[in-house]
Amino acid sequence: MNNELLNTLNSIVSNATPLVIASIGETLTERAGVTNLSLDGSIILSAMVGFVAALASGSALVGIIAAMIVGALVALIIAFAGITLRQDQVAVGFVLTLLAADLAQFLGQSYTRIPGPQILSSPLPVFSQLPVIGPVFFDQSIFAYLSYILIFGSWYWLFRTRPGLAHRAIGERPETAFARGTRVNVLRYVYTAVGGSLVGMAGAAYSLSVKAGWATPPNMAGDGWIALAIVIFGGWHPFRVALGAYLFAGLRVLATVIQRSPDVNIPVVLLNGVPWLLMIVTLLLVSSGSIERLMHVLPRPVQKWSRNFLRSDPPAALGTRFEPD
Amino acid sequence: MNIELRHIHKRFGPVHANNDINLTFQGGRIIGILGENGAGKSTLMKILSGFQSLDSGEIWMDGQRVDYTGPEAAIEHGVGMLQQDPLDVAAFTVLENFIYGQRGGLSLGRKAARDRLKEISWRFGFFDLDPDTPIAQLSIGQRQQLEIVRLLSQGVKTLILDEPTTGISAEQKVVLFNALRELAHNEGMTVLLVSHKLEDVIALCDEVAVLRAGRLVGTRAMPATTRELVAMMFGQELPPVKREPVGEGLRPSPTPAIELDRAQLRGKRVTVSELSLRVQPGEIIGLAGLEGSGQEALLRACVGLIKPQAGRIQLCGEDVTGKSYRHFLRCGCAFGAAGRLEEGLVGGLTLTEHIALVNEYQPVVDWNRARRLTQEQLKQYNVRGRPDSRIETLSGGNQQRMLMALMPPKPVLMVLEQPTRGLDVDSARWIWQQLLERRATGTAIIFSSPELDEIVTYSDRILVFYAGRVTEIPDASRTNIDELGRLIGGHSDGAAQ
Amino acid sequence: MKNRSLALQIGLTVLPILLSLVITTLLILAVGSDPRAVFQNVWEGAFRDSRAFAGVVNFWIPLTLCSLGLIITFTAGLWNIGVEGQMAMGAVFASWAALSFRLPAPVLVPVEIVLAMIGGALWALLAGVLKTRLGVHEIFGGVALNALANVVSIYLISGPWQPPEGGSVRATPPFPTDALLPPLSDEFKVSLLALVIVGVVFLAVVLALRGTRWGLELKATGKNARSALLLGVPTERSALSAFIACGMLAGIAGSYRVLFTYGNLRPLVSGGIGFLGLLVVLLVANRALWAPVVAFVFAAILGGSARLKVAMQLDASLAGVLQGFLVLMALLTNGLRARLTPPAQADSRDETPHRSGETFQPITPPSQEIKAHE
Repeated sequence: MNNELLNTLNSIVSNATPLVIASIGETLTERAGVTNLSLDGSIILSAMVGFVAALASGSALVGIIAAMIVGALVALIIAFAGITLRQDQVAVGFVLTLLAADLAQFLGQSYTRIPGPQILSSPLPVFSQLPVIGPVFFDQSIFAYLSYILIFGSWYWLFRTRPGLAHRAIGERPETAFARGTRVNVLRYVYTAVGGSLVGMAGAAYSLSVKAGWATPPNMAGDGWIALAIVIFGGWHPFRVALGAYLFAGLRVLATVIQRSPDVNIPVVLLNGVPWLLMIVTLLLVSSGSIERLMHVLPRPVQKWSRNFLRSDPPAALGTRFEPD
Repeated sequence: MNIELRHIHKRFGPVHANNDINLTFQGGRIIGILGENGAGKSTLMKILSGFQSLDSGEIWMDGQRVDYTGPEAAIEHGVGMLQQDPLDVAAFTVLENFIYGQRGGLSLGRKAARDRLKEISWRFGFFDLDPDTPIAQLSIGQRQQLEIVRLLSQGVKTLILDEPTTGISAEQKVVLFNALRELAHNEGMTVLLVSHKLEDVIALCDEVAVLRAGRLVGTRAMPATTRELVAMMFGQELPPVKREPVGEGLRPSPTPAIELDRAQLRGKRVTVSELSLRVQPGEIIGLAGLEGSGQEALLRACVGLIKPQAGRIQLCGEDVTGKSYRHFLRCGCAFGAAGRLEEGLVGGLTLTEHIALVNEYQPVVDWNRARRLTQEQLKQYNVRGRPDSRIETLSGGNQQRMLMALMPPKPVLMVLEQPTRGLDVDSARWIWQQLLERRATGTAIIFSSPELDEIVTYSDRILVFYAGRVTEIPDASRTNIDELGRLIGGHSDGAAQ
Repeated sequence: MKNRSLALQIGLTVLPILLSLVITTLLILAVGSDPRAVFQNVWEGAFRDSRAFAGVVNFWIPLTLCSLGLIITFTAGLWNIGVEGQMAMGAVFASWAALSFRLPAPVLVPVEIVLAMIGGALWALLAGVLKTRLGVHEIFGGVALNALANVVSIYLISGPWQPPEGGSVRATPPFPTDALLPPLSDEFKVSLLALVIVGVVFLAVVLALRGTRWGLELKATGKNARSALLLGVPTERSALSAFIACGMLAGIAGSYRVLFTYGNLRPLVSGGIGFLGLLVVLLVANRALWAPVVAFVFAAILGGSARLKVAMQLDASLAGVLQGFLVLMALLTNGLRARLTPPAQADSRDETPHRSGETFQPITPPSQEIKAHE
């Protein structure tokens, strides 16, 4: 395999890393029945805070932790408003999307475009020697390694552990969870905060690694919405969500590759629209109506397989409230 | 386990749901808890199983006073309740559902759980609980079985069942009753059966406790006759509903109200094929079958909410195949769905706004006229509520009467999904009185119900659905609940024809 | 007792304003600036003289139009986040007319505005069809269409609409005078025509929602599309008409930005005003009567803080911070109010566009089953 291809694949993985972390975080939140719509804002805010904290302390770790705290705090506001104060999670999430972005711009105004710490890729011993997989997946930053752990860890947690059963149950049917002794609202707070802290980590992954530094307008703006769409495309399942993130990053990298090639004559500005077209197309693909329409044209043997693959049912109690008694 | 309830009180606002209830349940016996809707039997059982807290009173078990909150704590004290709609998680598999709630470490322990699930379910004859099937694909009967198995596995000594025979087949009922007898008579458990179906209580129970309007009327040992039990439940015997047989005063019309010709209908779970049906004006067709057996597809096809994949539909002689729901409405159909606030009434809108929606079609709404009309309708349909109150503030019975007021006065065809779901006996009778009046003017009615006695009582003809297959009983007066129960469970041989 | 609950109500109305001011003050201190000077600058930036005030009104006009449009979509139960893109498309369509038609002003201006309405409506209809027919939630469809509208406008600015001799990539050439809305006076640069349009639109929206069959059907669709359909309401048509109506108003708002505020087409022409409209509507809990008032307060904050960058080297995003906290605190105190007041009283205030507790299903909207049948 030639080097250029390996490099491209490697950059796909590193570009996808923040998306993977954020969308796995949101998956955990939504699996508990809470919608954190604020991703686009909270990623920006935590990216700024992560960068500034790392700059001030000289430690990237402090930056990551600060970013995670910010992400968790924003998420906790949504949990508090939605669960305790019975407000609409979508409304509060949307307000926070705008507010967090403005807050980042305001508080970070004296930190724009200054050099700061950056976490570089550090090849993982042994693993990085593997053919193909090594240079693509294991010559990455710490964030990528964390994201691999998150993908498999969250799958194992949700589908192979007892607390994972309770986690899914509070998002599917809280009445049942209550009857089986699960403290629904307490756990909803917990998983919203956990998911939010991962969203914060994704922010740090941008400002400390993938798009290092802080600028206005923030250069990761819009990716929060894409992460939210990936969760839907991924059917709230960690593996599919991760696949969606890699696919998305892959197509985005592909677009820039096309743009660079001399014999293609597409205005650069139009290529900026590609991720958004992709977002609409992916959501179209998993919406139940289109699946049924697709079924009519596909040959019979692939039908069942593709239906199962494309099916994407949200947690049944997503966005609803639960009050015992 | 012996359970003693002492001076149980529970109020919901002005309603005294449980008023000084004193009861003793002995281990090894099956006890029926009887009473009409709203009598307080469900509340009492929810208190005993921890789903509801009590205002005052004491619960004693085997001579010990116990005090707990929450269903999980009740299970730890050995009391488990099977809800009418089993509390499980549709997205889980049978095995996951079985494991969830049981104690254990971080790991699921799937292998051990699989063995235990099989062991318990086979002991009681629940042979078709496949551990890897998603709950969404099970029938209500199977989900009940799973809940019982799970509760037993958690060491429950007292089992409460809330209306367990609604929506299950005759076979499932036999299996269930055998299991309950085994549990009570051979294993010494206490089984409490909440039911308003007297034939079930007579078939199964060793004794009964009867509640009326929140108070305990009395207990008695079985056997007892239906008549005796009815007298205890209502304090009097109910007169039978008057019903004119079909054809009386109505000559069979040359054009049927609705006609389906070899229709193929795709439901949520099954597809009904080659269904042909002619419904005469003034005829009542009852649809029986387990949930999701295809009857909901027929109902929805009759008003254009789903389109047939093949075949034709005619309304009053007009071909309406593939036409929209609104076209069916214009042709004189009326549809009442099972969930009132989800399908039929708009929470957040006032009563006047509802009336305006179905009466005021000009671009500018005349609110004064709409309000006057609303007042008239409320009076005529005996709805307790003000024109400006929001629909969700009305009680279930009033909502159902409001739904009637929203339907056109003389429809050609009424299609009703479980028209009396969740209503008390009085409200249900009122609804049927209304329906029978409209039928007398020539309205054809197609309805479904999980209550077989409702179907037998009111239908002229019955269609029985099993897994998309349809069996017709041409004369409803020649059948009975037992036969229907067998048919909805899939026993078509030796059926009514 | 009655006095206490009245005091509580007043307290709960003032509380969010107070809280957001306190938080903003702390944030200003955090970046090492003087809060008093900041607030004074914002005030002066908005009300110092008629020029400053005209700046506020020039924000207020498009903001009010967007808010009124969004009240229509919220009534139909729709989160029309795509309003930004609808503004941008309105601006693009108006710009197209301004750049290509040579007509006298009395003809050209109405043509531009009508085209802007068509542009906004088409972009809104796209989001509507994606939702009702194709099962893409309007929030995601809207976000994507916003970005795509920007891509389109940047493409036009940097390509086809550049003069042949070459021009700026940051804006189209200025429009001819005939294509622009005339200002009231040199002192007070505000368009009279736009003010009249806002007044007419305001009356039309209030009356349509209160007294027409269309408004009633929108309301029923928004509260419960499934039931509304069963009661005979054409819910899909209802939802699409709400999108179109909002798109038309957003289109006018967009055209105002290019035909008056800027005098040419620029990237990000909507300037966040559409999103701000969403905040306004959340704050007034979908009550049309209050929308112009709150929109005015927001426009004053926005117009006033434009001065901060020059006067105090402070980022103008402070406006967004203050507005965001206002709405967030209002939502939180709403919840607090519901907890503190008896249900009967709380009930009458529950006019929020978003019923709390409503299921948010990103891919299967409540009307999923409906559109398959219609």
